[in-house]
Amino acid sequence: MFTAEYSMNLAWFILLGILLTGYGVLDGFDLGVGILHPVAKTDEERRIIINSIGPLWDGNEVWLVTFAGALFAAFPDVYALAFSSFYTNLMIILFALIFRAVSIEFRSKHKAVIWRQFWDGCFFLSSISATFLFGYIVGQLFLGLPIDAQLELHKEKMSFIELYPVVTGLLAIATCAMHGSIFLYLKTEGELQERIHNWMWHTYGIFIMVYIMTTIFTLTQIPSATANLTRYPWLWSVVMVNVLAIGNIPRAVFLKRPGYAFLSSIATIAALAALFGIAIFPNFIVSSIDPGLSLNIYNSAASKGTLKTMLLIAVLGLPFVISYTVIVYWVFHGKVKLGKFSY
Amino acid sequence: MHLDVVLLSRLQFALTLMFHYIFPPLTIGLGLLMVIIEWLWLHTKDTFYKSMALFWTKLFAINFAMGVATGLVMEFQFGTNWATYSRFVGDIFGSALAAEAIFAFFLESGFLAVLVFGWDRVSPKMHFFSTCMVATGSLFSSIWITIANSWQQTPAGYHIVKSASGFWRAEVTDFWAMCFNPSMVHRMLHVWLGCFILGAFFALSIGAYYVIKKEHTRFAHTTVKIALIYAAISSVAMLVSGHFQAEAVSVNQPAKLAAFEGHYETGTGGTCLYAFGWPDDKSKTVKYGLSAPGMLSFLVHHNFTQPVNGLDKFKAEDRPPVFIPFQSYHLMIMLGMAFIGVSLLGLVLLKLNRLFEQKWLMWIYVVSVLGAYTANESGWVAAEVGRQPWVVYGLLRTKDGVSHSVTGEQVLTSMIMFAIVYSFLFIVWVMVMNARIIAGPPLMEDLAQDDAKIAPESKKGIRQFWAMVGRLLERGPASLSETWRGPAPTMSGSETESKSDTKSGQAEDKAAGEKSNLSGEDNNQEAKP
Ligand code: HDD
Ligand code: HEM
Ligand code: HEM
Repeated sequence: MFTAEYSMNLAWFILLGILLTGYGVLDGFDLGVGILHPVAKTDEERRIIINSIGPLWDGNEVWLVTFAGALFAAFPDVYALAFSSFYTNLMIILFALIFRAVSIEFRSKHKAVIWRQFWDGCFFLSSISATFLFGYIVGQLFLGLPIDAQLELHKEKMSFIELYPVVTGLLAIATCAMHGSIFLYLKTEGELQERIHNWMWHTYGIFIMVYIMTTIFTLTQIPSATANLTRYPWLWSVVMVNVLAIGNIPRAVFLKRPGYAFLSSIATIAALAALFGIAIFPNFIVSSIDPGLSLNIYNSAASKGTLKTMLLIAVLGLPFVISYTVIVYWVFHGKVKLGKFSY
Repeated sequence: MHLDVVLLSRLQFALTLMFHYIFPPLTIGLGLLMVIIEWLWLHTKDTFYKSMALFWTKLFAINFAMGVATGLVMEFQFGTNWATYSRFVGDIFGSALAAEAIFAFFLESGFLAVLVFGWDRVSPKMHFFSTCMVATGSLFSSIWITIANSWQQTPAGYHIVKSASGFWRAEVTDFWAMCFNPSMVHRMLHVWLGCFILGAFFALSIGAYYVIKKEHTRFAHTTVKIALIYAAISSVAMLVSGHFQAEAVSVNQPAKLAAFEGHYETGTGGTCLYAFGWPDDKSKTVKYGLSAPGMLSFLVHHNFTQPVNGLDKFKAEDRPPVFIPFQSYHLMIMLGMAFIGVSLLGLVLLKLNRLFEQKWLMWIYVVSVLGAYTANESGWVAAEVGRQPWVVYGLLRTKDGVSHSVTGEQVLTSMIMFAIVYSFLFIVWVMVMNARIIAGPPLMEDLAQDDAKIAPESKKGIRQFWAMVGRLLERGPASLSETWRGPAPTMSGSETESKSDTKSGQAEDKAAGEKSNLSGEDNNQEAKP
C-alpha cells in the first residue's frame, strides 16, 4: 500500500491529473465552440466565433500533447496498454483533431461558399466526435478493461457497445457545449451574443440532465467508484465543489455575470476530472478479469530516477508554461473584432 | 487472410512520419528567416520589411497548422502501434517527449498566436520577441525529438532491468549521457542544417518565381539575395556536418555504413566509395556504379589500403537491407552537392550583377525547393531503414516492438484512412499555399496606413496588463466580468470608446466601470469580410 517510498508516484498521478484538467478546461471551451458554431447565421458571425478561439486552440491542444508525453514517461506501461487497447478510438480522435486543426486554418483561405461550408461541416463533426470519444474512453476506463496476466487486452472479452461509456460520451459533449457557450458569450456582442445567451440556457439544461443520468448510472453500476470517498471522507469536499459550481452557473448567468459563470464552469470541469481521479485511484486501468492484475501507480511507473528528473523538468517548465498562457490570453482578451489578421 | 502487423505498422509509421516531416523543417527554416527579416524591419524602420514579414507569416501559419495536426499522430502512435517498444523505452524516451512538450510546444504555440494574430495588438518590439520565441521553440522541439531518435540509434546511459509489471526495459542511469548519446550532437546539427536549407530554398524558389514573372520586383530581388546567402552558408556547412555524420555512422553502426555504401563483401585491399550505382542483393555487387577506389577506406581508416568491414562480417539476422539505404543516402548526397553548386553560382552572378537576367537559373531555383524536401526525407529514410532490423539498435528488434493487442485489420484500416486523409490534405495544402504565393506580399501603401493607426496605442500593452492585475487584486474577479457586462457596444461605437480609453490611465479605467473598456482597445480595424 501507500508509503513514503511511493510519494513520487503519487506526485505524478496528481500532475497527470493537473495536465488532464488543464486540457479539459482549456480545450473544453474550444471543442465546445466547435460544437456550437452552427448557431451562427452569417459568414461574419461564423468568423467571429472561429476567431474567438483562433489564437488559442493550438496552445490548448498542447496540454493534450504534454499529457500524453508525461504519461509515456511516468507510467510507460499504462501508456502502452491504454493506447494500444483503444487503437480504433484513438485513431478516430486523431483524424478528428487533424481535421479540426486544418479546417480552422483552411476555411478562411477561399471565399467560395462550398469551400467554407465544407470546412464548417468538418469543424463541427470533428469537434463533436473528438469530444464524444474522449468521454467514451473515460467511461470505458471506469468500467475496467479485460486485462490478462500478460498485461494485454483480451480482445474477445471486450465489448465495445455498452451503455455507460455512451452516457459519459454524451456528458462530455454537454459539458463542453456549456463551457463553450459561456466562453462565446464573453467574446461576442450584439445580436449574436443574444442568441448565444439562449444557448447558454439550453446547453446548461442538457448538461444538468445528462449529469444526473451519469451520476445515477455511476452509483448503481460501478460501486467501486465511491470506495475512495468512503475511505477518505474529506474528499467529499470535491463533490461539494462540483455541486456548488454547477449550481452557481445559472445564478451567475442570471445575474449577468458571465465571468463568474465561466469560472464556475471551469470549476465544474476541474471537479469532474478530480472525481474521475478519485474514483480510479490508485489504479489507472482496472482489470475486469481479476482486479489483482490492474495497472496502478505502484506497478506501472517508470524508474525512480526518471520520475525525479521529470519532476524537476515539470517544476522548471510549468512556471514558463503558465506565463506564456497568461501572456497569450492577455494579448487576445476582450471581444472578438474581425481584422486583417483574423481567420 | 493473414495480415502482418509488423509490416503494416512499419509502413504506417513511415507514411505518417514522412508526412509529418514535410512541415516541421519548413517551420524551423522559415522561422530563422523571419527573425532575420523582422530584425531588418526593426533596424531600418522600413515598412517594406514588414510587408515581407507579413507575407512569410501567412505561409508559416498554414504550414504550422499542418505540422501540429500531423505531429499529434506521431506522439500517439508509439503507444497505439508500438506498445512493446514503448514499454521498453518509456523510461528514457518518454521523458524526452514530455520535456519537448513542456519546454518547446508551449513556447511555440503561445507565441505563434502573437506572431500571426498580434500584428495590430502588440508593439513591433514585442512582435519581434514573439517571432524569436517561435523560432527558438521550434529549435527546442527538434532537440528533444532528436535526442529520442538518436538514443534509439546509439543507446547510452541506461541499464536493462525487469520492471514491476514484469517487462524488460531500459532505465536511465545517467541522464546527460542519455541525452548526449554518441550520435546526438552530429545528428542535431545535421537536422538543423537540413531545415535551414529547406527554409532557404523555399524562400529562394518564391523569390525566383516572382523574378521570372516580373512581379513584386523589390520583394523578389531582396528575397533572392537574402535566401541565396542563407542557402550558401547552410549548404556548405552541411557538407562538413554530413562528413561527421558519416564518420559517426562508421564508428557506431558499421552495418549501416556497409548498407549505405552497398559494401557486401569485405574482400582485401582498399574499399571504394560509390558516387552512384545499383546494388544487387543476388550477386552481392553494385552494378553500373561509378566509384573512387580506396576512398571509403581513406574516410574510415585514413589510409587507402585497409579494408572496411562489409555486410558479410555481420550475422545474417543483423544485416540491414541495402537497396533503399544505398539509394536514399546517395540521393541525399547528390542533392547536397547540387545545393552547394547552385547557391555559390548564384552568389558569384550576384556579385557580377548578372543574376536576375539568368532565366534558366531562376527556373532551377524555382524547382530547387523540391530537392530540399527530397534530401530531408531521403536522409531520414537512409537513417531509419539502415537501422533495421533493430528498432533500438542492438537491444530490441523491430519485429518485437509491436503492440500485441492490435490486429492487422485495424492497422490496415487506419493506414488506408491515413493515406486518403493525408493525400487530400496534401492537395489542399498545396492549393492554399499556392494561392497565397500567387497573391503576393501585401501592398506597402496599405501597411503605411495601418501603421499610422496602430502605433500610439500598442505601446501601452504592458502597462494595461499591470493595471488589470491591479484591479484583480483590488476587487477580485468581479473586475473582469464587469468589463464584459452590460449592453454590447456597436462596432463603430467601440472604436471611439476604445480610443478614449487607451488614453485614460488606470484611475479612469475604474471610473469607466461598466463600459467595455477592455474590449476593443488595441484593435480599431473595422470588420472586413
Ligand atoms: C537538406 C537536407 C540534407 C542534405 C543536403 C544532406 N543531408 Fe544527410 N541527412 C539529413 C538531411 C540532409 C537528415 C534528414 O537531417 C538526416 C536524417 C537523419 C539524420 O540524422 O539527419 C540525414 C542523415 C544523414 C546520415 C545518416 C545518419 C545516421 O544514420 O545516423 C549521413 C551519414 C548523412 N546524412 C550524411 C550526409 C552527407 C555526407 C551529405 C552531403 C552533403 C548530406 N548528408 C546532405
Ligand atoms: C524521434 C524521431 C523518430 C523516432 C523515435 C522514430 C522511430 C521509428 C520507429 C519506432 C519505426 C518503426 C519500426 C521500424 O521499422 O524501424 C521507424 C521507422 C521508420 N522511420 Fe523513424 N523515427 C523517428 C524519426 C523519423 C523521421 C523524422 C523520419 C523521416 C521522415 C523517419 C522515417 C522512418 C521510416 C521511413 C521508417 C520505416 C523504416 C522501414 O520501413 O523499415 N523516422 N522509426
Ligand atoms: C516520431 C517522432 C515525432 C513526434 C512524436 C513528434 C511530435 C510532434 C507533435 C505532437 C507536434 C505538434 C506540437 C503542437 O501541438 O504544437 C509536432 C510538431 C513539430 N515537430 Fe514533430 N514529432 C516527431 C518528429 C519530429 C522531428 C524528427 C522533428 C525535427 C527534427 C520534429 C520537429 C517538430 C517541430 C519543429 C514541430 C512544431 C512546428 C510545427 O508544428 O510545424 N518532429 N511534433
